[in-house]
Amino acid sequence: MDGTGFSVLTAIIFIPIIAGVVILFLDRKNRDLVRGIGITAASAVLALSLAVFFGYDSFAKAEGGLISQQRALLESGADLSGAQMFADALAFEQRIVWVESLGIAYHVGVDGVSAPMVLLTGMVAVAGVLISWNIQDRLREFMAFFMFLVAGVYGVFIAVDLFMLFFFYELAIFPMYLLIAGWGWVKLREYAAMKLTLYILVGSVFALVGAVAMYFAAGAYFAGSGADVFQAALSSGLLPADSRAYSWNMTQLTLAAENGAFAIEILGIEGLSFARFWFPFMFMGFGVLAGVFPFHNWSPDGHVAAPTAVSMIHAGVLMKVGAFAALRAGVQLLPDGADTHLPWIVFLTLINVVYGALIAFRQRDFKYVIGFSSVSHMGLVSMGWATMNLTGMTGAGIQMFSHGAMTALFFGVVGMVYDRSHTRDIPSLGGFIKVMPWVGVAFVIGGLTSMGMPGLSGFIAEFPIFQGMWAASEQITLQLGGFQLSNYYGVMVVIAASGIVITAAYVLRVAGQVFFGEFDAERYHDVGNIDMTDRIVLIILGAPLIILGLYPPIMAPMIESGIRPLIALLGGG
Amino acid sequence: MEFSLWAQLPSVLPEIGLTTLAIVVLFADLYGSVVTRRNVVYISAAGMALLALVPLVWLPDPALYESGTLLWGGMVNYDPLSQIFKVMLLLAGAVTCLMAAGDKGVGDKGEFYLIVIVATLGGVMMSSASDLILVFVALETLSIPLYMLACFRRGDARSAEGGMKYFLYGAFASAIMLFGFSLLYGFTGTTNLGGIADALGVGAGDSIVGVMTALVMVVVGFGFKISAVPFHFWTPDVYEGAPTPVTAFVSVSSKAASFALLVRFLTAAFPVELVVGGVIIQDFWVNLLIVISIVSMTLGNVVALRQSNIKRLLAYSSIAQAGYTLIGVAALQGVDDSLAVASVSFYMFMYIFTNLLVFGGVILFIAATDTEEISDMAGLNRRSPWLALFITIGLLSLGGIPPAAGFFGKFFLFQAAVDANLVGLALIAVTNAIIALYYYLVIIKVMYVDAGPDDDKPIALPRAYAWSLGITAVVVILLGTIAVTPIYDWATLGAAGL
Repeated sequence: MDGTGFSVLTAIIFIPIIAGVVILFLDRKNRDLVRGIGITAASAVLALSLAVFFGYDSFAKAEGGLISQQRALLESGADLSGAQMFADALAFEQRIVWVESLGIAYHVGVDGVSAPMVLLTGMVAVAGVLISWNIQDRLREFMAFFMFLVAGVYGVFIAVDLFMLFFFYELAIFPMYLLIAGWGWVKLREYAAMKLTLYILVGSVFALVGAVAMYFAAGAYFAGSGADVFQAALSSGLLPADSRAYSWNMTQLTLAAENGAFAIEILGIEGLSFARFWFPFMFMGFGVLAGVFPFHNWSPDGHVAAPTAVSMIHAGVLMKVGAFAALRAGVQLLPDGADTHLPWIVFLTLINVVYGALIAFRQRDFKYVIGFSSVSHMGLVSMGWATMNLTGMTGAGIQMFSHGAMTALFFGVVGMVYDRSHTRDIPSLGGFIKVMPWVGVAFVIGGLTSMGMPGLSGFIAEFPIFQGMWAASEQITLQLGGFQLSNYYGVMVVIAASGIVITAAYVLRVAGQVFFGEFDAERYHDVGNIDMTDRIVLIILGAPLIILGLYPPIMAPMIESGIRPLIALLGGG
Repeated sequence: MEFSLWAQLPSVLPEIGLTTLAIVVLFADLYGSVVTRRNVVYISAAGMALLALVPLVWLPDPALYESGTLLWGGMVNYDPLSQIFKVMLLLAGAVTCLMAAGDKGVGDKGEFYLIVIVATLGGVMMSSASDLILVFVALETLSIPLYMLACFRRGDARSAEGGMKYFLYGAFASAIMLFGFSLLYGFTGTTNLGGIADALGVGAGDSIVGVMTALVMVVVGFGFKISAVPFHFWTPDVYEGAPTPVTAFVSVSSKAASFALLVRFLTAAFPVELVVGGVIIQDFWVNLLIVISIVSMTLGNVVALRQSNIKRLLAYSSIAQAGYTLIGVAALQGVDDSLAVASVSFYMFMYIFTNLLVFGGVILFIAATDTEEISDMAGLNRRSPWLALFITIGLLSLGGIPPAAGFFGKFFLFQAAVDANLVGLALIAVTNAIIALYYYLVIIKVMYVDAGPDDDKPIALPRAYAWSLGITAVVVILLGTIAVTPIYDWATLGAAGL
């Protein structure tokens, strides 16, 4: 895997950055040009993202497609290493050495899990620009920061170098802070923006220390006892020829993990391996951004305070950044730690699912309902990771995409209603489907997805997660000192399923009240239908829910191929 | 090995150049025409910028520094560590001159530039000194001009007070340090840093208490210069009282030069293998520095949270930054020190530009509005978008957010700490980085989000000034992206001469 050529992914990162810089230099009064550059850049990255998504399988290096190739290898019964499978699954790679003496490289690529995320980011980027079309206050700065945010998010999804993942992760935080603090809901924005930023940063810097520790542990291994493994990987082409023993390349770190470099005992405590010690830092550090209980507190406030476009990208994409990074930097690089810790972390995710749904049910504010529903649905993603089997994790991967599009759609709907009615108080809204039929239909589609109706993407995502939980129930045992807890995943899945019922309850309540109730024609006399740009937003975000629901093979095998290396690493079949 | 005078000359060329430049500037200011006097600033800035090229062109011979050979009778090191610090000090001097140019009562006086040049001379000497005598001479050559600069605005009571405080504390710290030096000399009978280690190694200072006392006294002196807790009391008052260009200069030059010297002093005089009276002396100073580092960053950051004056806030932030940088010095304990040395050098390199950028922006803001309150920065984005952007880039770099240079700077420090098995210290440092980010973000929020009463009054950004700020900002971004590799590799070389 040389990855010397130019990759489309590089264009995907740099188009928004360049667009953002150009926009900053424009005349602030030239709003049309600002919007024009914004939508052009966003459409370009969406087009490239579509190319990445649909081109992933047929990417040139594999005959008959990457996914079928992987399947054929598995069927041949070969004993495949997780690191090798991960490296094989990467498409559109590009690698430029950045800081050679530290093994840091600009290294991008997508695998089966990140390709759908790239597509999702593109969709939300376009939708976000369109829904911000009529922002009055400092449109230029808004658009520029939005572009930087999009670039940062893309960077995390396509990073193959662990350092680069952190670089873009931190890069995304600052524009997000300014967007919320500068353009958000006046009552809450400063508090919420700061709270969100601090929560996320605290998580990520602890993860960063963990990552540095991993870098040294892996380096010491490859320079010492693992030198032959390193040489073998170099000669087989698994690692680039100019690799050093100390490196941030995730393939190399995965290889170290697979060969037991992180199983070393630390602090002199028996049973406390390196992987076990650092896994909570890595997984929960990023899990903060995925809203894992008890670190979910920033999320509803953040979503509610943010301007619509930012809520969309935030709940739609950024929370997935957290879940994705927790998977990549946590589960993939420290599988031994995952074995130990995920069996108790699953309790936290259960709280997410049920408690989030219950609180959503109690909200009067339309946007808070959606904010807490995100907490609840993201809990399902983490729960999927915790199953540690192919079915459950694949479901979680699909849920990331499905929930991303769905929640962005929800926030778009809330924004459209709020812009025209100037209130988000559910009891005082009603009958809006009469004046805004498109919005009403979009909400219903999103709502049905959210409660897992077959035929929509939510079902495709949630069903495998629950199935995976049942399957995991027999295999996973939680050690609590001398006490062993087993077969409890089955119990949890029953409780988690009740979250779906609660979801149905609050979705129906909101739909019934806001869209079907009594319409107050006097108060809302000036509420009109939405215009073309808003309709495009609803289509971009709504259509994938239906397409994926009706035709899962468009995405499921791809995610499965991205999950298989992890299963190999976790020691499963 | 014998060297001809000619072969030794490049090692002190910047010093000779600075002395010449000082004389030129002195006479140009005294006897020059009005036009010449107005151009003193450009003569000084261009002179120092040109001299910064000298260490880049005349590279030291690796055979020389790897064998530990000293020049000029054992006084001067000629190695990459000294070169990198010389470059950054000279650039810092040049940028300071440009930033002071328009400042009333400071930049319009020719002697200001003279004093800056002499102070830079002291710093440049410090970064290559390898003998206690030269160390002290260099230190005072840097310090005395800084005392003068701090009270440069003679009519202003705050400036006078700041200068006086700085002088009194400084003189006291110098005296303690000098006492430490004399103890070391007394134990070992030599003033050469390497010689001290050799003599201690063969039992010259068998009284461990005496050696430790000397070491602590030296650390006190350095602690004062880098404004580490508990020797930081002068910092807020001097930063607040001194004319802002001076504050900028004090905050970078004296700190960078002292770190260069601290690294060299500890590794040369108290190296890894040194055992005195059965005690591994290195463990002692590493632990001492860890404590100072933790206290400095925590106190600096926590107190900075409560500041409403931008210069005082930056003062406490610089105390915290000294604490971070000390992590790199405390990590100097492996056999291969290159990570730690490189992290300190890189951090100082990026810190100089970052701090000058922030202060440069703040200078202009204070000059235009005559207020130093953070709350008065409200709406700065509307009054001068460029100024707000420059300050923001600087603050992001201080806070360690990519793509600004500070991200890599902090990352290298934490990495060095983890490598030296100081994971706990690294965790405390990242926690501190978050606290710090809070107050940096608040300033950015005030500039971009809050509405101020003077929103409609634009602040003019003079063209020359905008260029110098702009270039500094670009350097800060480059140091965080594509220029990381060359500078970091250069910084890594620095360990070779130790």
